Amino acid sequence: MSNFAKTFSSSLGKKLVMALTGIFLCTFLIVHLIGNLQLFKDDAGQAFNAYAYFMTHFTPIKVVSYLLYASIIIHALYALMITSANKKARPVAYAMQASNQNSAWTSRNMGILGTILFIFIVVHMGDFWWKYHNAELPYARYEISLDNPNDIQVSEVPYDANRLVHSEIVDPQAGKKIIISKDLYKVVQNAFQTWWYVLLYVIAMFALAFHLVHGFKSAFQTIGWNNNRYIPLVRFIGVWVFGLLIPIAFAAMPVYFFLFK
Amino acid sequence: MNLTLKVWRQPDTNSEGNFETYKANDVSEDMSFLEMLDTVNENLIEDGVEPVAFDHDCREGICGMCSLFINGRPHGPLHGVTTCQLHMRSFKDGDEIVIEPWRANAFPVIKDLVVDRTSFERIQQAGAYISVNTGAAGDANQIPVPKNDADESFAAATCIGCGACVAACKNSSAMLFVGAKVSQFALLPQGQPEREKRVLAMVNQMDEEGFGACTNTGACSAECPKEIPLSVITRLNREYLRASLTSKD
Ligand code: SF4
Ligand code: FES
Repeated sequence: MSNFAKTFSSSLGKKLVMALTGIFLCTFLIVHLIGNLQLFKDDAGQAFNAYAYFMTHFTPIKVVSYLLYASIIIHALYALMITSANKKARPVAYAMQASNQNSAWTSRNMGILGTILFIFIVVHMGDFWWKYHNAELPYARYEISLDNPNDIQVSEVPYDANRLVHSEIVDPQAGKKIIISKDLYKVVQNAFQTWWYVLLYVIAMFALAFHLVHGFKSAFQTIGWNNNRYIPLVRFIGVWVFGLLIPIAFAAMPVYFFLFK
Repeated sequence: MNLTLKVWRQPDTNSEGNFETYKANDVSEDMSFLEMLDTVNENLIEDGVEPVAFDHDCREGICGMCSLFINGRPHGPLHGVTTCQLHMRSFKDGDEIVIEPWRANAFPVIKDLVVDRTSFERIQQAGAYISVNTGAAGDANQIPVPKNDADESFAAATCIGCGACVAACKNSSAMLFVGAKVSQFALLPQGQPEREKRVLAMVNQMDEEGFGACTNTGACSAECPKEIPLSVITRLNREYLRASLTSKD
């Protein structure tokens, strides 16, 4: 076996793969969250649809998104590999084990939390990603006044296979900018009208919070980074940013649509 | 005090084991846990029953021979204490105490509560040594060692190789032990010549012995009788990564 292959097939190497893919997925969450904040804009989804178009059609981002899909799959596969090896490492179970005396619940249940997240990602991508790419969605036509960008008229344009996903023209005579884009915003709006669907999202965000409270700091531990100066910062970010802020912000989206849209 | 013990009995490695219940009566709270087991065994011998086998040697917390998973925790309920240093005052009259051996694929049961921990020896043999020139002894303190490094190295070297870390870990991972052994050398100038070779060989042996992979639960460090910190695992990860990238062989 080459040195490289040997490193990554060892127990430590497999953990390293988990850590690196995990951190990459964490950075993606930040990008995803910032983009999704467009949902809260009061513009009938114009900014959000423009963002969806940008994310799916700008080449560097497309490359990163394939890296992302690969990371999700590798993270899950390595988790399965490590878990099955770890199970084999203790063939006879203890009759009594007081694990809560020596370790945090989150740290012992990353597999369950990760499974919830994996199911969530499949459902979530099926509902938005897949529909955006493959379903015959109607378009939204925005007429935006050039004088007052807050003056937006929106109307629906039926699906047309020949139409571009996103197009923009400026009509100076009419004093208007006309944007026509595939209406993912409508899909989002419709999805979050069902209470159990909203609940599913909120539960998944709880799982995300618990997964990252352990996962974020754990990744730095696995990379071998324990400088006394920075580790408190890593722990702080792990708990407050990835364990609280980000999951709450994501969970706020379906709740907001359910209650107000 | 009077206690009920549920003790794991297993005649040998290949036989099935099961729990037997024994009474331990008139136990003094000043007895150590192992002395309590000694008296139980004396009674068993009188009754013509095979005594319970368990490991021990120094009985003063330094050799690492005693083990025992007591009420779901390695070395029992106290922090930073080996089983031989656990006293019966940590229990109360009427308690039921469940006693199991360390359970790990890499620590097969030899008999009852005694497990084979030679997998640790083989990990040590794979790399936990340094090269020393023979001849006249060098001057003490000839090689400068920063105080912090010396302290950290010494703290890591207090690991007694008992295996409680493996026993506590839900993955039966030996990384706290291996981390301690790698740290104690990696921090000192004397450990540098074999630095890369050591960590690669020890991790390799650890994997071959069938220990699991760490998921950073921290159970090992919380249960370690010598309170070896989790940061030795961070160092192990770092040393391994460094060696993988820079090792010349
Ligand atoms: S690290 Fe602690 S628990 Fe593990 S073998 Fe060493 S002394 Fe025992
Ligand atoms: S018997 Fe030596 S450490 Fe317990």
